Amino acid sequence: MSGRVWKRKDLLGLKDLEAEEIELILDTAESFQEIGNRPIKKVPTLQGRTVVNLFFEPSTRTRISFELAEKRLSADTVNFSTDISSTIKGETVKDTAKNLEALQVSLVIMRHPSSGAPHRLARYLKCGVINAGDGINEHPTQALLDMFTVRQKKGKLKGVKVSFIGDILHSRVARSNIWGLTKLGAEVTVCGPRTLIPRDAEQLGVRVTTNLEEAVDGADVINLLRIQLERQKESFFPSIREYAITYQINRDVLKKAKPDVVIMHPGPVNRGIELSSDVVDGPYSIILDQVTNGLAVRMAVLYLLSGVKS
Amino acid sequence: MKPLSNILIKGSHLIDPASERDGKFDVLIEKGTIKKIAPAIEPQNGIEVLDAGSFHLFPGFIDLHVHFREPGFEQKETILTGCQAALRGGFVACVTMPNTQPPCDNQSVVEHILSKSREVPFRLFPAGTLTRNREGKELSEMADLKRAGAIAVTDDGNWVEDSLLMRRCMEYASMNNLVVITHAEDHRLSADGVMNEGIFSTSYGLKGSPVESEIIAVSRDIELVRLTKADLHVAHISTAGAIELVRRAQKDGLPVTAEVTPHHFSLTDELLETYNTNLKMNPPLRSRADVEAIKKGLKDGTIGMIATDHAPHTEEDKMAEINYAPVGTIGLETAAGVALTELYHKKVLTLAQLAEKFSINPAKRFNLKGYGVIREGALANLTLVDLEEKWTVTKDCLVSKSRNSCFLGAELRGRVKAAFCLGRFWNYA
Repeated sequence: MSGRVWKRKDLLGLKDLEAEEIELILDTAESFQEIGNRPIKKVPTLQGRTVVNLFFEPSTRTRISFELAEKRLSADTVNFSTDISSTIKGETVKDTAKNLEALQVSLVIMRHPSSGAPHRLARYLKCGVINAGDGINEHPTQALLDMFTVRQKKGKLKGVKVSFIGDILHSRVARSNIWGLTKLGAEVTVCGPRTLIPRDAEQLGVRVTTNLEEAVDGADVINLLRIQLERQKESFFPSIREYAITYQINRDVLKKAKPDVVIMHPGPVNRGIELSSDVVDGPYSIILDQVTNGLAVRMAVLYLLSGVKS
Repeated sequence: MKPLSNILIKGSHLIDPASERDGKFDVLIEKGTIKKIAPAIEPQNGIEVLDAGSFHLFPGFIDLHVHFREPGFEQKETILTGCQAALRGGFVACVTMPNTQPPCDNQSVVEHILSKSREVPFRLFPAGTLTRNREGKELSEMADLKRAGAIAVTDDGNWVEDSLLMRRCMEYASMNNLVVITHAEDHRLSADGVMNEGIFSTSYGLKGSPVESEIIAVSRDIELVRLTKADLHVAHISTAGAIELVRRAQKDGLPVTAEVTPHHFSLTDELLETYNTNLKMNPPLRSRADVEAIKKGLKDGTIGMIATDHAPHTEEDKMAEINYAPVGTIGLETAAGVALTELYHKKVLTLAQLAEKFSINPAKRFNLKGYGVIREGALANLTLVDLEEKWTVTKDCLVSKSRNSCFLGAELRGRVKAAFCLGRFWNYA
């Protein structure tokens, strides 16, 4: 790995990482990718180590992806999933941390509805913490797998034009992608209704537009964000119908895009709302590549954070 | 109970703008009463002498905004522990906010607060609620509250959203000579924000509360003052926009005043990067530009008072994640230190101006008789300060039952060394 070494205990977000560190993860992921193609998809790298998946918010995809990545590295895994409502008045993060410490686990994967929760857990724990999504803040492994996929399809990240469309305000996926992509020289545009774009977003180094055509025009990559249907009730947009008419990526819209544009989505897709079904299943879509690459990226992160010497 | 003190304070520098004293004086206290103030007093009859040659003596500090949590939340603070924290911070009187359980919307709660404070002894001035049960629906029984000893009315924590009700509150309060304290926040606009809205809330992935939430609320309240001529005091002002509105209202001759907390004139929203729940307060820490506007407002007198908004919460409460943790920081023990560090040593305010913000103006505004001046014949209410002592805020420095201080770890210059409260001597030297 050309002398580069991982020095951090935790992976909490891409905001804090240097460009070289992000590249190290992406390069490491490449060497793990090949394992997925083997008939026996398992290596002994993390044998004897325990990884805890601590999910305080419902998750299917991310949790399965992490669990599978852990199993392919031969780690012992423990899953803990709960709704936050049952823990608010119960166990504090500090107590959770102390219990995990007493069980001598090697790594903790944490998802939490409150921004900053993994950061606090990491401060209490000697072992590493991987943020699997905190509030509306960051979802670093999702952004890393997105960047890995862009690099795989476009051969580079520098100068690549990536547009995010949808609910930027509440999206930890967008936030992590913005930190990571801008550090590696990609040109990022965010697009959505003004109500769903964070204030001062330009100061993060991205182009902001509310016009879908502008976001699509010239983009190499279009990354869609899931629209939470309940946002309509909070007056972020008048109706699902109007949202779909204004911001849906469908075949018509893509006529104005670059011929080699690729379509990404962190899932799960609201078919017929942010993306039309034919585009989800069509040739531009690399949504399933993202899912496959997610495994390699998470294996790389688990490997780097466990400090195993190869 | 502590006995009334007999003591000669020797050589301290008196800062008492109300009596136009600014220089070295000796102060003789007998049976708790200030007997004599003179350039040099010889100790007689073996009276205790306090060598205060390197200290400054102020009229006793008054905190217009504290939450002592009793009745209802005694796990966070009691009147006794709150008063002890106040004394450690050099405060000799406090105005308690009415968001207790039950709320201070009737005589019996006012009487409970007063009788508990007499046991210390300490002087509390309770604020009653503006509306019954702080619900923002009906007027509270203000005349009754006043008779029991309340000096102001507020629904602190809640803004009365109903403009018609607020008009009636102002009219009714002003008939009863009660100042209306407003917690100015449009709650629909601030929604579930956990910090100031801006580049840092965007950057840290935390929901923001915009400054406009305060500006809109202050604006409406000021217009209602124009209509009713009621005395309005804006609690914990935090935004440049609201300060400008208060400045204009004062220029128009309206009876509008404002207070600011030490955390709002010294800390900014950038600090939330650590997701430290002790930095979650309401109003939230604002931007650098707001802090500059606050300092300007303090300097030109628009903001006449400094109050702590001492808001104790247990360690368990604050251990919750930032979205769920309760708002507030304690502030009594650190207020003078922070003010000296940030305002005096950085040449924003003079010592005389600090005396105004901490003592004279609060006493005047809320008509607190016997406070805000150092006067022969009066019961001693004094604050003795070392302007130069350097200290670091640790949990051990805190006397409050809760330790949720946003200043933990801060390095301060200037510290309270003693307080005289109702004639009793509290020595922290």
